[in-house]
Amino acid sequence: MRIPILPFENVLVASIQVDLTDQDTLQFQHDVLQKVDETEAEGLVIDITALDVVDSFMARVINETAQMARVLGAEVVLCGMQPSVALTLTEMGRQLVGVETALNLDQGVANVQRLVTEREGGHEQHAA
Amino acid sequence: MCSGSSPKERAAMNNTQLELRVESDVVAARQTGREMARELGFGVADQTRLATAISELTRNVIVHAGEGVCRIYDRSDAQAARVQVVAEDKGAGIPDIEQAMAQGFSTGGGLGAGLPGAKRLVQEFDIESEPGHTKVTIAITKPRVRVA
Ligand SMILES: Nc1ncnc2c1ncn2[C@@H]1O[C@H](COP(=O)(O)OP(=O)(O)OP(=O)(O)O)[C@@H](O)[C@H]1O
Ligand SMILES: [Mg+2]
Repeated sequence: MRIPILPFENVLVASIQVDLTDQDTLQFQHDVLQKVDETEAEGLVIDITALDVVDSFMARVINETAQMARVLGAEVVLCGMQPSVALTLTEMGRQLVGVETALNLDQGVANVQRLVTEREGGHEQHAA
Repeated sequence: MCSGSSPKERAAMNNTQLELRVESDVVAARQTGREMARELGFGVADQTRLATAISELTRNVIVHAGEGVCRIYDRSDAQAARVQVVAEDKGAGIPDIEQAMAQGFSTGGGLGAGLPGAKRLVQEFDIESEPGHTKVTIAITKPRVRVA
């Protein structure tokens, strides 16, 4: 099971299209981080429109992937979470997913670009 | 047991047993539970709650006990639609259930959000455990709308 991870301008877009086993999920984490590293992408958008279950394992992997991607220099936005998935995650426990979210892919890309710009702005202020 | 049949075919029977051995069995169990909930008239939010709870319980069986079974029953009657799910294993058991049910407790590096989270998603939640046997039973219920 390989999930396509496509470059779009200065960011990467990964779209999960099918229900994943835990092994598939970890493989995806590995692949996406490797790609962020290789391409020196400034942002990563993970599209989970097709996921109808996000349980505590998936939540943990998403959080860890976002943390590690940030260490590699990429801002992360999660997009396309189904309303019933968002509801279920909230009911299970607040802050199970600690990643910025967006409604759809367009907004996800826009938000990640904004985060990248904000970060660069922050750096310049530091240098000044 | 029901290998070869789809979640849809399994859900069409009013009770189904799935062996839990490999990770893809977790996916099959949650999809079957969702399908049965859908067929019994539960909405998408309830389908998702049940599927997520099943995912937590069946993964716990595989991760913490190695293997086990998941049974999914249609327990509907004239008053209510009801799906009951049992996840059972012959593993080491849970020494302290209260501790295991606490948010954030994990012996395996997880978030420790599985059991307490699953409990919040369903109307009925029961857990029994002793060395060599753990059984978690959950159910979702939806009263039938009466036409006056
Ligand atoms: N079937 C089981 N057999 C033995 N121990 C279990 C079983 N299910 C749960 N446990 C114990 O209960 C603890 C809490 O379970 P819970 O699902 O809440 O968290 P977790 O599985 O450790 O992490 P996660 O948040 O990824 O689910 C586990 O760490 C484990 O010690
Ligand atoms: Mg668990």
